[in-house]
Amino acid sequence: MTERKTIVSVKGLTKTYDNGHQALKGIDLDIQEGEILALLGPNGAGKTTLISTICGLVSPSDGSVSVAGFDIIKDFRKTRELIGLVPQELTLGAFDKVINTVSFSRGLYGKPADTALIDNLLDELSLGDKKHSMVQQLSGGMKRRVLIAKALSHEPRVLFLDEPTAGVDVELRKDMWAIVERLRQSGVTIILTTHYIEEAEEIADRVGIISGGELLELEEKQILMSKLGKKRLVIELKNPVDALPAELDEYGLTLSGDGTKLTYTFDARQERTGMTSLLSNIATAGLVVKDLNTQQSSLEDIFVDIVAAEA
Amino acid sequence: MNTEAVKAIYKNEMRRTRNTLLQSIAAPVISTALYFVVFGSAIGSRIESVEGVAYGAFIVPGLMMLSLLTQSISNASFGIFFPKFTGTIYEVMSAPVSFFEILLGYVGAAATKSFILGVLILITATFFVDLRIAHPFWMIGFFLLTCVTFSLFGFIIGLWADNFEKLQLIPSLIITPLVFLGGSFYSVDMLPAFWQKISLLNPVLYLISGFRWSFFEVSDVQVGISLSMILLFLLVCIAIVWAMFRTGYKLKP
Ligand SMILES: Nc1ncnc2c1ncn2[C@@H]1O[C@H](COP(=O)(O)OP(=O)(O)OP(=O)(O)O)[C@@H](O)[C@H]1O
Ligand SMILES: [Mg+2]
Repeated sequence: MTERKTIVSVKGLTKTYDNGHQALKGIDLDIQEGEILALLGPNGAGKTTLISTICGLVSPSDGSVSVAGFDIIKDFRKTRELIGLVPQELTLGAFDKVINTVSFSRGLYGKPADTALIDNLLDELSLGDKKHSMVQQLSGGMKRRVLIAKALSHEPRVLFLDEPTAGVDVELRKDMWAIVERLRQSGVTIILTTHYIEEAEEIADRVGIISGGELLELEEKQILMSKLGKKRLVIELKNPVDALPAELDEYGLTLSGDGTKLTYTFDARQERTGMTSLLSNIATAGLVVKDLNTQQSSLEDIFVDIVAAEA
Repeated sequence: MNTEAVKAIYKNEMRRTRNTLLQSIAAPVISTALYFVVFGSAIGSRIESVEGVAYGAFIVPGLMMLSLLTQSISNASFGIFFPKFTGTIYEVMSAPVSFFEILLGYVGAAATKSFILGVLILITATFFVDLRIAHPFWMIGFFLLTCVTFSLFGFIIGLWADNFEKLQLIPSLIITPLVFLGGSFYSVDMLPAFWQKISLLNPVLYLISGFRWSFFEVSDVQVGISLSMILLFLLVCIAIVWAMFRTGYKLKP
């Protein structure tokens, strides 16, 4: 992963809105070509502001952004040609036909009309039969697909998806990830924001955590999970116990209802996990271990931890 | 220059017109026809002629200007205001399109619509009155210049307005009165001396006067002054747009 080229480079980016609110406080971020980067963060963290700035919708207060080596302001034509954006809001002209609005997008990006390409794209997004429908007659999920079709109409190399699965049913979400996967296969770099941590966990290569306008963490998903992740050690006992023996007080164990399972939570980042002494103390207490099993905490746990620590 | 983008915006705007054909073309044509019936035939039959021109014909240039001004402004202002209002402007703003190209697409489309409308009104007029055009080239010149200038003006209003009220404010509070008082339906000579002087402060008077001259060679002010006035207004609009473009006016937070 590390030998990959940087495609989007954000340096010291700050944004203070006209009302004085500082939405970005010095973001440094290198996005690698071909990766899927998930940006996680609570409401108002600055995710949309970050994406909008890179796409040219918000003027930066300070710092710089380059895409494929071109500055987003000086060389805006070159950078924007490479970028596709699916906005968070369902913004579509009500009186347009699907085919027209998608062709319009392609034209805006300076590409000559290409009916075959647009038809393909619409089919791929299961919009083939809606080609001549008016946008306002489509369901929310369908509109979301139209927005994706618009963003892909000019064959971008970098795709920004701002909460693509907000308000989308399970079926469509699965479709969406299939599309994302196909795009990744073709080498498109994808940056998405989401509130569904399982999603980031499932499809992202790297995860960035934004809160209060700052990038708190940026790591490959596995590293983030192992580095920051708490682990749980579940100890299954041969014979059930009524209460925890006094020898084990210091470990903060929890005992399952049937008295056969002890759960020990430890921080994988720590040098000493306390596991060895726990196990020997269990033996001292005269308990017989039947099975051991460790579990990694999910991104959700990590996320909650990091954001809580900052607050 | 991203010509594909200009074409895309232009075509999209023209398509919007086709979808709302009744509202954007038929309505102004019908209301113009009504003006002819009321002013040209009913009242005009009592007025012999103005400066040697039959009253029905005399009001044609003024009526055209009335429609061109109001429709150019409303088309262009709505054309840019609507995507701002619905949020679809994001797409234009994040595309590799310069402000100038955006302007060209939207203003070009609005001006084209006005031009088509003006031609339709002219054709409608021939059903009611005998028309002769003394200086066709000047006529076309004034015609085009008006379409472009006031579409540009409308674009500025559309950019500036952040709600529907503001969008209507300037057209209804300033433009309509100026057009009516600018000699659409009368020659300024018909007014008392005091009001004649006041009328000279009305920029629209110069426009209508020049346009009428190209038809009938009668005018309230010299045609050269008329032309200078409209060119001046065009320059002012260009300067405003340029300043807006420099600051990314209200389009980017
Ligand atoms: N145009 C604006 N003017 C002023 N403040 C703004 C503007 N847009 C966003 N903000 C503020 O900036 C902060 C970051 O907003 P942003 O939309 O980037 O958050 P987000 O991470 O995308 O949140 P969400 O998950 O809710 O979409 C918020 O506090 C928001 O209120
Ligand atoms: Mg957002």
